[in-house]
Amino acid sequence: MSKRYLVPIVYVIFLMLPIYWLVNMSFKTTNEIINRFSLYPHEFTLASYRTIFTDPSWYGAYINSITYVALNTVISVALALPAAYAFSRYRFLGDKHLFFWLLSNRMAPPAVFVLPFIQLYSSVGLFDTHLAVALAHMLFNIPLAVWILEGFMSGVPKELDETAYVDGYSFPKFFVKIFIPTISAGIGVAAFFCFMFSWVEMLLAKNLTSVAAKPIVAAMTKTSSASGYELGLLAAAGVLTLIPGAIVVYFVRNYIAKGFALGRV
Amino acid sequence: MNKTFNNKAWWMVLPVFLVVAFNALVPLMTVVNYSVQETFGNNEFFWSGTIWFQQLLDNDQIRASLGRQIIFTTVVLFIQVPLGLTIALCMPRKGPWVSVCLVLMALPLLVPWNVVGSMWNIMALPDIGLLGRTINAMGIHYNYTRDPVAAWFTVVLMDVWHWTSLVVLLCYAGLVSIPDAYYQAAKIDGARPWAVFRYIQLPKLKHVLTIAILLRFMDSFMIYTEVIVLTGGGPGSATKFLSIDLVQKALGGFDLGPAAAFSIVYFLIILLTSWLFYTLMMRNEAN
Repeated sequence: MSKRYLVPIVYVIFLMLPIYWLVNMSFKTTNEIINRFSLYPHEFTLASYRTIFTDPSWYGAYINSITYVALNTVISVALALPAAYAFSRYRFLGDKHLFFWLLSNRMAPPAVFVLPFIQLYSSVGLFDTHLAVALAHMLFNIPLAVWILEGFMSGVPKELDETAYVDGYSFPKFFVKIFIPTISAGIGVAAFFCFMFSWVEMLLAKNLTSVAAKPIVAAMTKTSSASGYELGLLAAAGVLTLIPGAIVVYFVRNYIAKGFALGRV
Repeated sequence: MNKTFNNKAWWMVLPVFLVVAFNALVPLMTVVNYSVQETFGNNEFFWSGTIWFQQLLDNDQIRASLGRQIIFTTVVLFIQVPLGLTIALCMPRKGPWVSVCLVLMALPLLVPWNVVGSMWNIMALPDIGLLGRTINAMGIHYNYTRDPVAAWFTVVLMDVWHWTSLVVLLCYAGLVSIPDAYYQAAKIDGARPWAVFRYIQLPKLKHVLTIAILLRFMDSFMIYTEVIVLTGGGPGSATKFLSIDLVQKALGGFDLGPAAAFSIVYFLIILLTSWLFYTLMMRNEAN
């Protein structure tokens, strides 16, 4: 094995250390956490996990998070598909300006939008719904999805479209039956990025909900206020938030390299 | 690809346009509205001209936040970009370990941001955290909740942990797309590794590096959640960055006017810097 592989190995170990420490904490009793420093749990316990899986305010929060993330991913990709096709195949009035305007939204700090979003969604009766969070995240996800999909679609030769029309396909039939399967890798990557942003974001998700749609990222803040400082519970909740990400990343592992280049290298 | 001109394509873009416009234009108009008005409650607003913008420029607290923000973003970029590039260059190109590496490296990117903060909080606690305990055991006094230097060190290390992988994955994607023929040609010419990097890899990576620097600039300039969970902007206001300051003003104080003026200036700084950087990079490419 060549010496240069040491660099990625050391880096991966550095990445795993805090994750290990989090998992380690989640299996300790509160007593052990506070009173001694130990590299592995001496009094192994599943109490923190039991609390999360039996308390509706905990597991409900996970369900809320997954609901708005799924809603956001599906709508973002569904809307971005035709738009990306238009950008990759046609010139039209104001196309370049529109594209850059879309992307400029990715540069907006969420902190800028918190207060106006609360007012906007309250006035249309969406405050504290899953749709509000999903919509808010779309501001950042749709431009990204359009960008990624446009990159992948531009890599598909136009002859594919023309051949299909000669063969008598109508546009919708061509789009669904031929085009979408051709760029399935791109759709996977776009969905991955939408999932990623929506799952990790907290500022908007927390402030656009109060009770009914409270996400896990907001539920976690109560561990440090309600009943003292329950590090074990906080750690267990944290570990459970890693799992969806790990599953998603496993599914797209073969596309990661290409996906991160946004299909444009 | 030569595209045909067809205005009917607008129908395909329309749904995206409507959703983004609803989400972006209405709030931005609200912000612009507030930024030039004064309110004393009861939904009564009075024209106040540019007073909030003038106050913003004279506000020492905000200038300090902006200074901290610029230092933080610069430090983070100067660590993450070279480090990410080095790691990508050292990674294997083929074999079963590639997938393992990529999956493990992508993991930090999928951790909710508040969990990143909690994770490093637990990791860095001076008495029971792995990092805090180790540093103190080495004889260096370390307590990130009291000491500004320790707080900065922890915040920067956390961001390196969280985001270097993005640079690695982007650079790696760029590297694997370089055809083998380039390397073979270099070998025939007897090029040294440095020459291969300088004249083959770096020019080919320019595009992905531009994307990486842009993304890292934007995201580090907007950092909020991780820092608020880890240090709460403290000790004192040592790690109080722009977003933390803004959220405190907008949601804590409900100072609508000043917060709105702040928002506009903040957004414009990011937009202008990104645009300048992108234009410069692309102009070089054209030459």
